[in-house]
Amino acid sequence: MSIDTAPRMTKEAKTQLGIVDCDIHPMSKTGGEITRFMPQRWREHAAVFGSNIRQGYAGSQPYPRMSPGTARADAWPPGGGPPASDLPFMQAQHLNPNNVDYGILHPLRLGPYDQRNQEFGAAMASAINDWQLEDWIGRDKRLRGSIVVTPDWPEAAVAEIERRAGQAGFVQISWGPQAMEPGGRRRYWPVLEAVAASGLPVGLHIGGQPGRAPTSGGWPSYYFEHHFHTMPAMQSLVTSMIFEGVLERLPALRFVLVESGFGWVPSLAWRMDQHWHRMRAEVPEVKRPPSEYLREHFWFTTQPIEEPEQPQHLRDIIDWIGWDRLLFSSDYPHWDFDDPAYAFKISLSPEEKHRIFRGNASAFYGLD
Amino acid sequence: MDIASYRPVDCDVHIMPPSDMRFLLPYFDAYWHDHMTSRGAEKLALTLTSYPPNAPMTCRADWRAAGPLDVKALGRDALDPYNTRFAICHTLHSAQILYSEDMAAAVCRAMNDWISREYLDKDARLRAAIVVPAQSPELAAEEIERMAADRRFVEVQLLTLNEMPLGRRFYWPIYAAAEKHGLPIGIHAGSTYRHAPTPIGWPSHAVEDYIALSHSFQSQLLNIITEGVFQKFPTLKIVLVEAGFTWLPSFLWRADKGWRGLRRETPWLKESPARIIRDHVRFTLQPANAPPDPAMLERVIEQIDCDDVLLFSSDYPHWHYEANEVIPEGFPKQLLQKLLIDNPLATFTRLADARTQVPEMAQ
Repeated sequence: MSIDTAPRMTKEAKTQLGIVDCDIHPMSKTGGEITRFMPQRWREHAAVFGSNIRQGYAGSQPYPRMSPGTARADAWPPGGGPPASDLPFMQAQHLNPNNVDYGILHPLRLGPYDQRNQEFGAAMASAINDWQLEDWIGRDKRLRGSIVVTPDWPEAAVAEIERRAGQAGFVQISWGPQAMEPGGRRRYWPVLEAVAASGLPVGLHIGGQPGRAPTSGGWPSYYFEHHFHTMPAMQSLVTSMIFEGVLERLPALRFVLVESGFGWVPSLAWRMDQHWHRMRAEVPEVKRPPSEYLREHFWFTTQPIEEPEQPQHLRDIIDWIGWDRLLFSSDYPHWDFDDPAYAFKISLSPEEKHRIFRGNASAFYGLD
Repeated sequence: MDIASYRPVDCDVHIMPPSDMRFLLPYFDAYWHDHMTSRGAEKLALTLTSYPPNAPMTCRADWRAAGPLDVKALGRDALDPYNTRFAICHTLHSAQILYSEDMAAAVCRAMNDWISREYLDKDARLRAAIVVPAQSPELAAEEIERMAADRRFVEVQLLTLNEMPLGRRFYWPIYAAAEKHGLPIGIHAGSTYRHAPTPIGWPSHAVEDYIALSHSFQSQLLNIITEGVFQKFPTLKIVLVEAGFTWLPSFLWRADKGWRGLRRETPWLKESPARIIRDHVRFTLQPANAPPDPAMLERVIEQIDCDDVLLFSSDYPHWHYEANEVIPEGFPKQLLQKLLIDNPLATFTRLADARTQVPEMAQ
């Protein structure tokens, strides 16, 4: 069996198994494309008052991106609209030539879990889920959705999970890890219980505007730092889930951490183990070395791929994490997109390639 | 591993000040003496939330049981076992957290004088970091100027987490004063708790705060680099103290990758972050946060790919290892001379001249 990751579209390529891309960001051409799924009351609210989140910019990102729309320069659809807002163009530019058999959607538009008006946020999350089903999953059988929920209003998140979990087309539950509190804290337990009951995994894509500085040392100056801060945030998220005892209580939980690197995983495991050993009287609910929970409950997408100075050091890192734990992702249409043919700077055996580009994701999401 | 024959330099030991400020009263001037006592402020606890005083990580059990953590205990438990040549003292206390810049500066002045009298005068092997009120870089620079004449002070100490990221221009007066006097900046693990200790908020447990410090150091290091601190102060060295170091390879890769993609934003960075770090930034040994297999630690050190960046430290009295097992298993023998002697002397240049000079008295 071989996986075709070459950027070409030929008859020959089509005879080979395609890849699973675990991070694609669909966009709407207009806000109205999503709000059309909201009740009238919230459509009017959106039109008059708009998004109201915990930052000083009403309508843009706090750190200006280094490219328009955070996108590849060539990802703007010729027919208009923002990158990844036009399915036929996404098919022609990415899904077909890169031989994507399954693409997992992570909608980032609007930021429902950040809304200070929580009822509005929950309505927005539900509308985003309808939009995925109707405009994307329903129009391309390769696409799979993420059930977007608002954990800071746990009752609404639980209701959305229970309503959606059985709907065909959704393969995971998603929110931004930058919520009001660390993800393992008790306020989120009802949501995590509903997730565990659903049998679906959680896909955490970095994001969120919780009204805090994005680093524990304050507000950095540059987008470069903002782009990096996903990694400290995810390390704290992993620590929280483990040290709050969540994974002891809910052993069925599975997380995939999206777009936050994986080079940090081994050193975090070593650090957690050392200090847990010393301080375990503080956290008696953590019964085993933290690295064991990390190994059992967390998966990682590959983009933006780690690029060691000596490419072979990438192999050390993957050996230490486990070859069964990495899921390929492209991050289409963003500027730091990983091309499946070129992202890995080491040569992978057919077996390794199969796992990372298809097998691990198929097993994780229950795809064929 | 027996390291006594090297006569090592220990780049991180801790002075454990008493829990309130009464011991500092003799070191305050008349105004601050009266100010503190009239407010009852001399009875305020100095201990940091970052280091719960009775928690296991804060002091090894056998050292805690052996009696007061004074200068005698420091010499006996941290220096004698390794035949330590010099040990650099860090002093973690709440002056770095006070909201009044003036009070913070007064406590730092008193603390530095107390360190000089009660530690440096009493054990010739001891050196110290100048504690400064980072809340006010101008006052911090004044304190550096005041203390710099005492060459037993070999470093300037900051905490990891402050009001703003440490690379911001706000802090540059501290770096200017440190560079002028040949003093590295030691950024020591700990938070002023001006912000939640993790980027995702306030965790429930002290152990989570401590674990998060290593990724807080990563954010700070990236900020220091991107802001151009080392372009502005080209001879400055920064030591990350008690930060761990096994995260360094993945940080170097990620920082370089980000720089390649985003360097238009910080055009003053003519060299890659990895290159800048290898030239300017150093890391103390403990806590080693070593992998479970010694062969993996060798791989990590190979990935760091620079023999100059690691500095020996015991982190006394914090509890990271048993007995005298301060060098983690798997640490390459051929790097010991660098770790124990050469790198510390190259980093803390004041140590080299102190070898041949009788220490001057504190001002």
